[in-house]
Amino acid sequence: MVSPVRMSRRRRGQVIRGVQYAVLVAVAVTLALLADWQEIARAFFNLPVAAAQFPSIITTALVNTAVYSVLGFCFGLVLAVPLALMKLSSVPPYRWIATVYVEFFRGVPALLVFVTFGFGVPLAFQLRFDIYSTVMLSLGLVGAAYMAETIRAGIQAVDTGQVEAARSLGMSHGRTMVTIVIPQAFRIVLPPLTNELILLTKDSSLIYLLGLATSQYELAKFARDVLNTTASMTPLLLAGLCYLIITVPLSHLSRYLERRTGGRTVGTPESTGIEVEA
Amino acid sequence: MTDERIVSLERLTKSFGSLAVLRGIDLTVDRGQVICIIGPSGSGKTTLLRCINLLEQPDSGRVVVDGAELTDPDADIDKARRTIGMVFQAFNLFRHLSVLDNVTVAQRKVLKRGRTDAIEVARANLAKVGLSDKEDAMPVQLSGGQQQRVAIARALAMDPHLMLFDEPTSALDPELVGDVLAVMRELADEGMTMVVVTHEMQFAREVADEVLFMDAGIVVEQGPADQVIGDPTHERTRTFLARVLNPAQGKPVP
Repeated sequence: MVSPVRMSRRRRGQVIRGVQYAVLVAVAVTLALLADWQEIARAFFNLPVAAAQFPSIITTALVNTAVYSVLGFCFGLVLAVPLALMKLSSVPPYRWIATVYVEFFRGVPALLVFVTFGFGVPLAFQLRFDIYSTVMLSLGLVGAAYMAETIRAGIQAVDTGQVEAARSLGMSHGRTMVTIVIPQAFRIVLPPLTNELILLTKDSSLIYLLGLATSQYELAKFARDVLNTTASMTPLLLAGLCYLIITVPLSHLSRYLERRTGGRTVGTPESTGIEVEA
Repeated sequence: MTDERIVSLERLTKSFGSLAVLRGIDLTVDRGQVICIIGPSGSGKTTLLRCINLLEQPDSGRVVVDGAELTDPDADIDKARRTIGMVFQAFNLFRHLSVLDNVTVAQRKVLKRGRTDAIEVARANLAKVGLSDKEDAMPVQLSGGQQQRVAIARALAMDPHLMLFDEPTSALDPELVGDVLAVMRELADEGMTMVVVTHEMQFAREVADEVLFMDAGIVVEQGPADQVIGDPTHERTRTFLARVLNPAQGKPVP
C-alpha cells in the first residue's frame, strides 16, 4: 500500500533542509546581483572618511559613551535599591510610591526624560545642569525603574529559609537584609543588571538631542556630526561597531555570570543528601 | 522549681486560613530536659516548635521562654532568639558564606564579639561536630550531613540555653543520619535542653526524657519515652507507631 511518492520521515527531513538552504542561497544571490556595490562601498566603506575619524571616535566618543552609561548606571543602581526595598515594604504607601515611580519611568520614552532634564527643568527652574548631571539624572531615573524591579525579584528569589535562619540567630530584620539577603540577591541579579547596563549604553545615544561641546560628543552624536559634514554613512557604521565593542563583551559577561550563579545561589535547597560540587 | 522551667506554652492556637494547626497546646520544658515531638505529617509539630522562638506567631496563648513572655507585644524577640538555637530540616546555611563565616557571622553582628573571639568559639564548635577540616569550604561543597552539623555548630556558637531541632535528619540520605544524631546525642549527654521534632523513633527512645505524640493539632499522649513509644495507651499513637516502625507492613488508614 506504500505509494512510490511517499517518503520516509527521515528522507523528508533531509529534503526540507535542502530546500531551506536553497532558498537562502537564492535570496543571497539575488541581493548580491541587485545591489549597487560601488554605491554601497562609497557610502558605508569610505576608507579616507573612516581613517579621518581616528583616533577621536575612540578617545572622545567611545570613552564618553562609556562614561555617560556608567554614570547613569551607578546613579540608577543607588536609586534602585531603596525603590526595591520600598516595593517590598509592609507599609502600603511606600509600596504605592515605588510602584508609581516604576510604572511611570518604565512607561514613558527615555527621550522625554532627556528633553525634560536637558531643556524643561533648566528653563522652568532657571537651573543649569552640566552635561554629566543631565545624563546621570536622565539615564539614572529611567534605569532605576527597571533595576528596582530586577532587584526586587532578586530579593524575593532568596530562599525564605535563609531569612528564618538569620532571624533565629537573633538578627533583626534590617540586619538580616543587609548581611544575608542583599548579598545573595546581588549574586542573583548580577546577570540581569549587566543587561540593564547594555540597554543604558544604547540609551545614552539620546544625548545627541542636547547641545554638546565637541569634547562631550558620544558615539551617536559624533557619527551624526560627521555624517552632516561628509555625507558619508561610514561614521554611522563605525559608531555601530563601537557600540558592539562595548555591548558584546557585556552580554558575554552576563551569560557567564548566569552560568556561574545558576547552580549556586538561585533556587531552594530541597537538596536531599549529598550534593558535592568541585 | 520555677527557675528550673525554661519553656512554658499555654493554650497555644494557630490557624493557617481555615486550617486549625494547633488547637490549644500546653507544654513545659525544664532545664536539661530532652523532649521529642512525634506525630504524622500535618499534625502541627513543626508549627509548635516554630512557635517557641516565634518564627511562627501563635493566634492565641502564651509563650514564655527563660522567664520572658515572648507573646507580649513589647517583648524583645531578637534578644530572646539569641539564646534559642534552631536547626532546620533544610539546614539553611548561609549560602554566600564559608563554613567559618556561617558560624561567626551572628556572633559578630549580634553578640558583637571580636573577630578573634568569634573565630575561636567557631573553631571549638566545629571541632565538636567533627568538621574542623571544613572551615574554608562553602556550604554547597558539603554533604547534607556535614551541612546539618555546621548548622548545629552555628547555633551552638551563640551559647544557647535551649536548642530546637525541626526534623534535622529528614532531608538526609540514610547513611548520613547517624553522624547528625551522634552530635545531638552528645549534646543531650552534656545537659543541653532540647526540643526535637523527629521521625527517628530509636533516637527518641534512647535520648528523650519525654515524648509527645501530636495529631491534628493536639497533644494526644505525653510521657516517658519508653511508655509512649514502647507501650502507648492511645489507639492513634499505636497506629502511628505501627506504621512508622514497620513501614513495609503498613496498611492504608481506613
